[in-house]
Amino acid sequence: MKNIFTQLGKKTVDVIEELGYVFMLFYEAVGWLLLGKFRHQSVRLRHVFHETVQIGVQAVPIAIILCFSVGMMLAIQGLETLERYGAQSQVVTGIALSVTREFSALIIGILVAGRSGSSITARIGTMTESQEIDALQVIGIQPVRYLAAPLLVAMIIVMPSLTIIGDLMGMLGGAIYTSYELNMTVATYMERSFAVIDVYDVMQGLMKSIVFAIIIVLVSISNGFQVSGGAEGVGKATTRSVVLSVSFIVIADMIFTFFLTRI
Amino acid sequence: MITEASTENVIEVENLVTHYGDTQILNGINFSVKRGEIMVIMGGSGSGKSTLLRYLLGLNTPTSGCIKLLGKDITQMSTNEMHDMRKNMGVAFQGGALFGSMTVGENIQLPLCEHTRLDENTMRIMSRMKLEVVNLAGFEDLMPSQLSGGMIKRAALARAIIMDPKLLFFDEPSAGLDPVVAAELDELILRLRDAMNMTIVVVTHELDSAFKIADRITVLDQGDILMCGTVDEVRNSDNERIHNLLNRKPKTEVVDVDAYLQRLTGHGV
Repeated sequence: MKNIFTQLGKKTVDVIEELGYVFMLFYEAVGWLLLGKFRHQSVRLRHVFHETVQIGVQAVPIAIILCFSVGMMLAIQGLETLERYGAQSQVVTGIALSVTREFSALIIGILVAGRSGSSITARIGTMTESQEIDALQVIGIQPVRYLAAPLLVAMIIVMPSLTIIGDLMGMLGGAIYTSYELNMTVATYMERSFAVIDVYDVMQGLMKSIVFAIIIVLVSISNGFQVSGGAEGVGKATTRSVVLSVSFIVIADMIFTFFLTRI
Repeated sequence: MITEASTENVIEVENLVTHYGDTQILNGINFSVKRGEIMVIMGGSGSGKSTLLRYLLGLNTPTSGCIKLLGKDITQMSTNEMHDMRKNMGVAFQGGALFGSMTVGENIQLPLCEHTRLDENTMRIMSRMKLEVVNLAGFEDLMPSQLSGGMIKRAALARAIIMDPKLLFFDEPSAGLDPVVAAELDELILRLRDAMNMTIVVVTHELDSAFKIADRITVLDQGDILMCGTVDEVRNSDNERIHNLLNRKPKTEVVDVDAYLQRLTGHGV
């Protein structure tokens, strides 16, 4: 019994310690972004640009495919369900709202966590193991400023941008299936979709995507910096990073949806 | 042996105590290095020599004690002061620690990019000059993964000296290298000191290399300094542990029966 409590206590301390570490990381990264220039260590635009291309531009094709498929999947399910009530035409509203408010941001979040979150952890973890992080420090380059801050900015630019692409693709996926099933042109479908959604619906998705961006960056970087134990350690940290990012994204999404639908 | 060494201490460590978790690694260490001197820190595995280097580099904060580099205590420094201090320090890590995503040339130019406002051409020329010094001319466009072990160490050395630092730290220069390449690196270290009057701290467990380059040797054992003296003083020391280290004798410890049983069973006896 005593053992269980000892374990529980240790785990609690570990979790609090890690939370503290992650908040410090965020605080430092924002600090370098705002004050780096005064400390003679500004965050380089070149790095931000490089990361934006890697995380964002290269993820566009897969983001298009995923969101398009989700839109189509929603149309198939929606038409099938709504048929029972003879309300097939409402599928436009259903898809437009659920894609913009929910699915686009969520799918993009999971995609980026799996694609970039894992690679960020693996890259920083390998750098930690091969003393490259130490080398940065002794050269006089703060690793948080050099590695974390550009990633944070890039991710905050990329995630909402991908989410907007996702919104459009999701609706297009729905449009193509629905137009075929309901004898409606794609243009009419899209016109109706845009009439249904307002700025607030899109903003809901975008706000979520920014929160997801911060989650992915903090989880993947903190796991990378804390790697120990060689190649196996890097592997474990990478798995942990993806699992934690995706879990936090889904939980944060649920909490967000709860509050945002009450405003 | 000491050619241009002065009596001024540029590295001073006083009562340095450090912990890793709950385990004490260094037990109140005192030592100093003079300007222009090559100090070799020697010791077996787990003696605390790599730990000592990490603290000298300001990568960890000690439990107590002070570490003065160029007369300033780095344990009390602000981030900005430490940033300035780093311009005077060059470090070549054991595995090289070259950044895998950059070419050799970019790796060597990185400190210049961060600390100076030189134009790109000047930086390129300076990095080529340092590559010439370490006999790696013409390799600046290769990636670190395309280099051999000895070349990586030399490239790391080029990066360490790009800012012409006053203090140069070198972790295990000859570990994992063939004897010829290791000897070349030793020559290079001696040349650097003579040409640029750098103060050099080398951590190693290679005896030949240590005796060849050292002005003074500090021998660490289980977190304590066994002795600190010239090459001859260390060679002629009558300390048993130093003898064992020099003559590659395995440790012969008297087994404490109670402690042995306790270790085996995992319980107090």
